[in-house]
Amino acid sequence: MSFIQNFPLFTIVLSLFSGVLCTMLKGKTARKYTVCYECVLIALVSCVLFYTIETGQSFTYVMGEFPAPWGNEIRAGVLEALFGLIFLIVMLCSVLGGARFIDLDLDESKVNLYYTLINLMTAAMMAILWTNDIFTGYVFLEILTLTSCGVLIVRELGRTTLAAIRYMIMNLLGSGLFLLGVVLLYDITGNLLMLPMQKNIAELCSTPGNMTSVAMALGILTIGLSIKSGLFPFHFWMPDTYSYATPTSGAVLSSLVSKCYIFLLIKVYFRVIGIGVFEQMPLKAILLVLGMGGIVLGSVSALKAEHINRMIAFSSAAQIGYIYMGIGLGGTAGYTAALFHILAHSVTKSLLFLTTPRLAEASGDSLLFKNLQGSGLRDPSTGFFFGAAGFSMIGIPIFAGFSSKLLFAAAAVDSGRDWKLILVMVVLAASSVLNALYFIRTLIRIFSESADKRRTTVKHGVLYKISMSTLIAVNLALGLFSWVFTDLIEKGLGMFG
Amino acid sequence: MIGNLLVNYEEAFAIILFGIGFTMLLFQRNLFKKLIGLNIMDTGTFLFLASMGFIRGREAPIVTNGVTDAGFYINPVPAGLVLTGIVVSVSVTAIMLSLTVRLYRRYHTLQLDEIYEMSRHQMEDR
Repeated sequence: MSFIQNFPLFTIVLSLFSGVLCTMLKGKTARKYTVCYECVLIALVSCVLFYTIETGQSFTYVMGEFPAPWGNEIRAGVLEALFGLIFLIVMLCSVLGGARFIDLDLDESKVNLYYTLINLMTAAMMAILWTNDIFTGYVFLEILTLTSCGVLIVRELGRTTLAAIRYMIMNLLGSGLFLLGVVLLYDITGNLLMLPMQKNIAELCSTPGNMTSVAMALGILTIGLSIKSGLFPFHFWMPDTYSYATPTSGAVLSSLVSKCYIFLLIKVYFRVIGIGVFEQMPLKAILLVLGMGGIVLGSVSALKAEHINRMIAFSSAAQIGYIYMGIGLGGTAGYTAALFHILAHSVTKSLLFLTTPRLAEASGDSLLFKNLQGSGLRDPSTGFFFGAAGFSMIGIPIFAGFSSKLLFAAAAVDSGRDWKLILVMVVLAASSVLNALYFIRTLIRIFSESADKRRTTVKHGVLYKISMSTLIAVNLALGLFSWVFTDLIEKGLGMFG
Repeated sequence: MIGNLLVNYEEAFAIILFGIGFTMLLFQRNLFKKLIGLNIMDTGTFLFLASMGFIRGREAPIVTNGVTDAGFYINPVPAGLVLTGIVVSVSVTAIMLSLTVRLYRRYHTLQLDEIYEMSRHQMEDR
């Protein structure tokens, strides 16, 4: 066994340990420590990524050397490592880019606790990515929910508390359903490890009558995770939750936490149910229709919003719709498009949420559109970062958003010439137009002259500029070299089954 | 169909409990009643797990009188899952209660409708 095979476990344990350690450090030290250890994690995960590409196969780490049907397992393949790497980069950039607002919004004695939450959240995300045991997935899902509620309520406004209550209630409904789904699947298969479950389900589903009970359990589980990730019609909690939180929290919640739930869902489809069995279920068509509903409704609501963060949050709802549409289209092309869009959206959305508060700072601390006039001129660097992210959201070529839209269109063509093709194309076109409408409107507003001509008085730190540039660089890499990433995703999906 | 429900009455009852809790958590306007709904929902799941794990006529999986045959004992995993679930449920309830306290201190009511009405008049741009 190569030493690198221990690294996935190290990432989880190190994050949990760092969470505990940060409770004892001072605020500034806690931040420096968090940044350093996130860099270490990125190095570890990159090693795993290169190792799995090199060997061309995934590996399983058996916890405590208990063999398959009993013990707990960690499994690492190309897909998990790639997602871990991009998620960690986004996490690091969000922490660095929003550090000033964390200091502003929190009491000085409590800043270290924020980093505790961030580290525990990283641990939960890593565990959900690596785990090979569905109940471990549930436990870390709850940890992710609790920590995301924690980073939400650090800003002690009435609205954030109310948004947190709403967020928690929706998430608890989701976790309850997920747990029930897991319990039903355990009841049917008698296993909690993913591969034995898949074997038993494949055996069961070879008799036609048994399909219903598996589909039922899977349906409950899917509803649970789609509530948690904010699929239409469960997206109404998103605007309040994302808009009034500290920028780092908004970025992390919208770009990483909701994506982790979707990743877990795809993992369940591939590794627990088995993709052959899943493709026979009617669930796919439902996800496709709901995804498209989310795209249209999210975009229309974004167009009507008067508050820039609410607009971005509604556009998040639309992007989640894209991802579910990819899953609903099915086939390797559909899942690849969905997974690629998870990456593209997480690097773009975090950039948007981290730049808007700076634009607001240049306009008298207001995020309303009418006050943002000319803010991009008063604060040119932030205006540039926001513009780049906006272009990616619209789907201008060379940015990641364009590649993912292209992949969705290709997946729709692949799926066969029926109603799906026409519907997906119409929805893609309509949503591109709507996206362009509200982002270009915003860009025109922030870059047009206003009566207020003073430059911003706030100097941006170097770290903020570096982290924002990193996010744009990753975005461009995803856009320009999209074939590298789609190759990796396809390879990872091959290892998944 | 009905016969199956009667034989598995424990599971049927657990699912009914889950449904009651779920609808309470979703539709009640009072925060405390929502939390009670959350606990009923979780309890429903635990009842389901516990009743699935129990087999009549077998013993708890602790070797006391030298019998090592697995057929003599019940499966301990569901009980372990129930315990884990209870821990998760307790911590979630605790955090929800603390949020409720914070919300009550600010708005002096536990009715969500009234709180929404009040928060609508607040202007917090950023």
